[in-house]
Amino acid sequence: MSFLNNYIYYIGALGLILIGLYIILVKRNLIKVIIGLSILDTGINLFLISIGYMSEGTAPIFEKGEAKLARMVDPVPQALVLTAIVIGVAVLALALSLAIRLYHHYGTLNLRKIREQRW
Amino acid sequence: MKRIISFVLLAIVALGIILSLLYIPFGMPKTKVGEHYIEKGKQETGAANIVTAVVVNYRGFDTLGEVTVLFISAIGLSAVLATRGKKIAKKIEPASAILYTGCRFLFPLILLFGAYIFIHGHLTPGGGFQGGAIIASAFLLIYLGCRGRRISEKRTKAVESLSGLVIVVVGLIGLAVGGRYFLSNFLPKGILFSLFSAGIIPIIYIAIGIKVGSELAFIIDRLMEESE
Repeated sequence: MSFLNNYIYYIGALGLILIGLYIILVKRNLIKVIIGLSILDTGINLFLISIGYMSEGTAPIFEKGEAKLARMVDPVPQALVLTAIVIGVAVLALALSLAIRLYHHYGTLNLRKIREQRW
Repeated sequence: MKRIISFVLLAIVALGIILSLLYIPFGMPKTKVGEHYIEKGKQETGAANIVTAVVVNYRGFDTLGEVTVLFISAIGLSAVLATRGKKIAKKIEPASAILYTGCRFLFPLILLFGAYIFIHGHLTPGGGFQGGAIIASAFLLIYLGCRGRRISEKRTKAVESLSGLVIVVVGLIGLAVGGRYFLSNFLPKGILFSLFSAGIIPIIYIAIGIKVGSELAFIIDRLMEESE
């Protein structure tokens, strides 16, 4: 039980990464591949945040009238993930726009059929 | 066959991650730089939110690069979705009066909330990226509720470029006046926990908030136009 308590965030992040990778490798619908990309992105974000976590740490924000220095989590991974989430949204939008273009051009989102057609 | 290969690949990736994680205990301090930021960040930057201090002050140049990535992706989306010739304007069914009025009532409030989030980025949990996303959600509400309204593409680009320019100019002034490096703090740090404190951090974060908000609104505009 203590193993689960200690490593639950690592297990969750690893699970999300593997699920996202599996969807990207196996699925043939382009929209599903993009969803897999988004899940992989979320897993990596969770992984970085859980690496920066400290047990019984608070958010790295100081408050007025704080008596003693509370233990705070590592701010560096949080700052990296903060920007990575926004970049993830932008990459998702770009991928979806490419999917829209492919659908207009081929009339299908099935990657197998798109690959068979010649450019 | 493909499935078996992908499962083998997944097993290799999982094994690699698990083997490296065995040496990283959970919940222990790991980096010295994080400890330094927590101990000295308040004095060095004057910001109460250490994450903001890291994003805007210590790693300000990195943040400029990330905002640029967002800009490039918005440009790429616009280039991919660009259509030759005029599109046939379809007749849009107007929304009901309740939806229309509700959206118009909520729009300025959401904008105000987004502005609050990025102006108080150095004091509370929040900042330019989050505030910008909230502002873009206000535009999304307008697009879904009051259909037929459009934001001007030229104006969005102008606002976005101007706020990007503000970041670069503030950084160059910091390089010339403040110290040896780009985006160094040249304004007085003020009193901790007050609104006008932390030198250039609020200025940079307001610029980032407006830039992210206009970029995401532009992306929403393009995608909505494509879907009609």
